[in-house]
Amino acid sequence: MSTIFWIILAGAVLTYAARAGGHVVLSMFDRVHPRVEAALNAVPAAVLTTLVAPAAVDGGPAEITALVVAGLVALRFGLLEMFLAGTAALIAMRYLLA
Amino acid sequence: MTSDTAVASRSRTTDFIEGARLSIPVVVASAPFGVLFGALAVENGFTVTEAVLMSALIYGGASQMVGIELFGQKVAPWLIVLSIFVVNARHILYSAATGRLIAHWPFLQKAVAFFFLVDPQYAEAERHAEAGKPLTFAWYVGLALPIIGFWIVDTLVGALFGRLVPNLDALGVDFLLPIYFLGLVMGFRSRPFWLPIVLVSAFVSVVAVKTVGSPWHVSIGAAAGILLAAIFQPMPEARR
Repeated sequence: MSTIFWIILAGAVLTYAARAGGHVVLSMFDRVHPRVEAALNAVPAAVLTTLVAPAAVDGGPAEITALVVAGLVALRFGLLEMFLAGTAALIAMRYLLA
Repeated sequence: MTSDTAVASRSRTTDFIEGARLSIPVVVASAPFGVLFGALAVENGFTVTEAVLMSALIYGGASQMVGIELFGQKVAPWLIVLSIFVVNARHILYSAATGRLIAHWPFLQKAVAFFFLVDPQYAEAERHAEAGKPLTFAWYVGLALPIIGFWIVDTLVGALFGRLVPNLDALGVDFLLPIYFLGLVMGFRSRPFWLPIVLVSAFVSVVAVKTVGSPWHVSIGAAAGILLAAIFQPMPEARR
């Protein structure tokens, strides 16, 4: 077996350990402290924001426009509409600025 | 078949299809990255089989990119494995949060579900639960199977034909994931303390990416927002 194979296997085992481990650890406790509860409720917004913010800061006018349009559409419509509007804005702006 | 099981199987099918429908933007947004990963993996010395195997077993785009990049730089194998784990460490939090939603599932279903717990899978599960809908296994795998299936196919396409892919930047493919993730962030805006969490995580992650560097900015930025909520958020009795 190649080195790459073993890297993939070990990486897969550790990744699964991360995806299952949080629950395993938490389920060892009988009750969840309110602060832990508050922390867990903050997880999606906190983590997903870090996947957007650096890209937004590094983005040019086209990328910023796309995020603003997507953000505004998201206030009123669903995820799919937001995604299509943001993508359309991005393509249009890149075309105009090219 | 009794009418009870007929109803149950129909609702399972409905749940599966509803989950699969939600996978569409995810499949579209991640396709360029799957193809790109496949192409870069081969360029960094992976065989086509190894590239596909990595997508199927590790199933985490950013960590796979880091893995092939470090392999191409001849970094020690154990360090590559450690880096893959660091990039996926945020999934520990997803696991703890999702575990609360699926605690009533049978053990084997939970064990399977955690394998598929990537960013969009986690976010959609939280959204689904927040909307007050029951989180079923059929819905969950309906969402998961198209995402991982296309991810593997995209990888294969990139690994086989990567050299033929033209520059697709004009179509905006490089920026589809941030748009999608912004939509997910917006979806949680009715949660208590949402705006302070988002502002703090955004600010800290931007500072961290400029100072400490990627992928640490994800853990650091997220930790800042989560800590803020743990310290200042009103107690459960006070919200809703």
